[in-house]
Amino acid sequence: MSEISDKFLYSKDHEWLRLDDDGSVTLGISDHAQEALGELVFVEVPEVGDRLSAGDACAVVESVKAASDIYCPLAGEVAEVNLALADTPELVNNSPYEDGWIFRLQPEDATVLDDFMDADAYSRYLAELEDQ
Amino acid sequence: MPFIPHTETDIAAMLASVGVSNINELFDEIPASLRIAGLDAIGPALSEAEISRFMQQRARTDGEPLCFLGAGAYDHYIPAAVWDIATRGEFYSAYTPYQAEASQGTLQVIYEFQTMLASLTGLDVSNASLYDGATAFAEACLMAVRANRKSKSRRILVPQILSPVYRSVARVMLGGQKIELVELPMRDGRTDISVLADYAGEDFAAIGIQNPSFLGTLEDVDTLTDWAHANGALVIGVANPIALAVLKPPGQWGEDGADIACGEGQPLGIPLSSGGPYFGYMVCRQAVVRQMPGRIVGRTVDIEGKPGFTLTLQAREQHIRRSRATSNICTNQGLVATAATIYMSLLGATGLQQVARSCNANTNVLVDALTKLQGVSRAFTTPFFHEAVLQLDRPVADVLGALSAQGIIGGYDLSQDYPEHGHAMLVCATEIRSTADIASYVEAAADLFEVAA
Repeated sequence: MSEISDKFLYSKDHEWLRLDDDGSVTLGISDHAQEALGELVFVEVPEVGDRLSAGDACAVVESVKAASDIYCPLAGEVAEVNLALADTPELVNNSPYEDGWIFRLQPEDATVLDDFMDADAYSRYLAELEDQ
Repeated sequence: MPFIPHTETDIAAMLASVGVSNINELFDEIPASLRIAGLDAIGPALSEAEISRFMQQRARTDGEPLCFLGAGAYDHYIPAAVWDIATRGEFYSAYTPYQAEASQGTLQVIYEFQTMLASLTGLDVSNASLYDGATAFAEACLMAVRANRKSKSRRILVPQILSPVYRSVARVMLGGQKIELVELPMRDGRTDISVLADYAGEDFAAIGIQNPSFLGTLEDVDTLTDWAHANGALVIGVANPIALAVLKPPGQWGEDGADIACGEGQPLGIPLSSGGPYFGYMVCRQAVVRQMPGRIVGRTVDIEGKPGFTLTLQAREQHIRRSRATSNICTNQGLVATAATIYMSLLGATGLQQVARSCNANTNVLVDALTKLQGVSRAFTTPFFHEAVLQLDRPVADVLGALSAQGIIGGYDLSQDYPEHGHAMLVCATEIRSTADIASYVEAAADLFEVAA
């Protein structure tokens, strides 16, 4: 069973989101997602300053068996990216909720965060997916 | 003889299985306005014997002219062993293998091909080839736009002396993605460096630099490369691989070198054969490899530590990445790239240098002799590799017509592509043009132009 941190919100595409004190949102992929992808060999992060709409393909995580797009779950401007991933993509595998964060976004409208799942809801969502 | 194994019954069963009544229905989603009713210019089907005879008749009309034509494809000597080896059953396929790792020999050839191209261009990673020089350049432009993430402009600077065919193909391939080519004018046969100041501070994803240029001249590659990098643009070096045996490789242009190199591989052992099949090559720096199109073969070790070859970085490719793949290029020009690998192996570094030097020397001899005639002069003072532009005092078409009657293809008429240069003709004498061949050309030309007093 993968770890689900109760400090975050989750999207149906298995991204986690954390609203920080300064109003920005930090994003990464869940432990479940990194497990499903397998060992990552490359992460392509967005550019600081990129203006993203909800649903934009904004990053790529590439494992030895597949490359997957990360879709931005909410609109905003990229404020910071995790440059450490360029040389150490495995941070996403080893520490998906801490050192493996992918980027930080200044959201256009933080109220949309209400639409995402909390840890309990995400846990039920994963269980549903497993049942299917 | 039909080569398709499916019977009518098989086809009917497959159609029924997908729920359509005939094959044409599968194409219903293509709007009628995009379809053509028939291929009127294509004649009726011919038998193998008929088509064989037809093609032989066509081939005879070519004759065996003395060729002084270059302009992108070159008449070099091809050692007999090249195609004797390339057409062995083990190699004789146009494709990379579908069950790739089971074909270690093919993968090894591709790996060696990549190693040779990386070495010639002075860059890190080569792919397994592309269709031809023009599409390789267009793919390099697409790659540069993807790779240069600081640039938002989707504009690429291209010198006017970069091949007009490459520019035209690139426009077609890039237009749909709203990528714009901005042309840099020339001065005395090379890109006018003074014009660059007008573009300083503007956002360009990349600059294309062809060296030697389409007109045979040598560009100021160091200045162009450094200017591009200082302005945040990537550098796409386009080069004739034979010339790279003697010229500074793109990887060493300027302070940091070009980021991508590409070009036409035909000079490496591929016959002219009416324009194809040829192959394109592409090599890049490690830093941008994930944006490279095409297949890449890597060398690795198996579970027992034995060396082996494998396709690598496949996550860029369409069978994994689908619509977001770097390119729809998947297979490549496997057979011609194999021939090129054999050609380079047979010649070696020294042989390639000898070919390059002989081409340069022969073209110099030809140009010196022709410019002694009244009404023939060099168009530019810029140094050239194995092609040069001659300025004539009359239409080039008339001169080429008269030479053709003597069995000589005298060069390439530039009046279509560069009308501003008037009666300009591009000539080339490769290593196989003997002293007697060059003398024949000069003699025939002397009948047309008076010998200067």
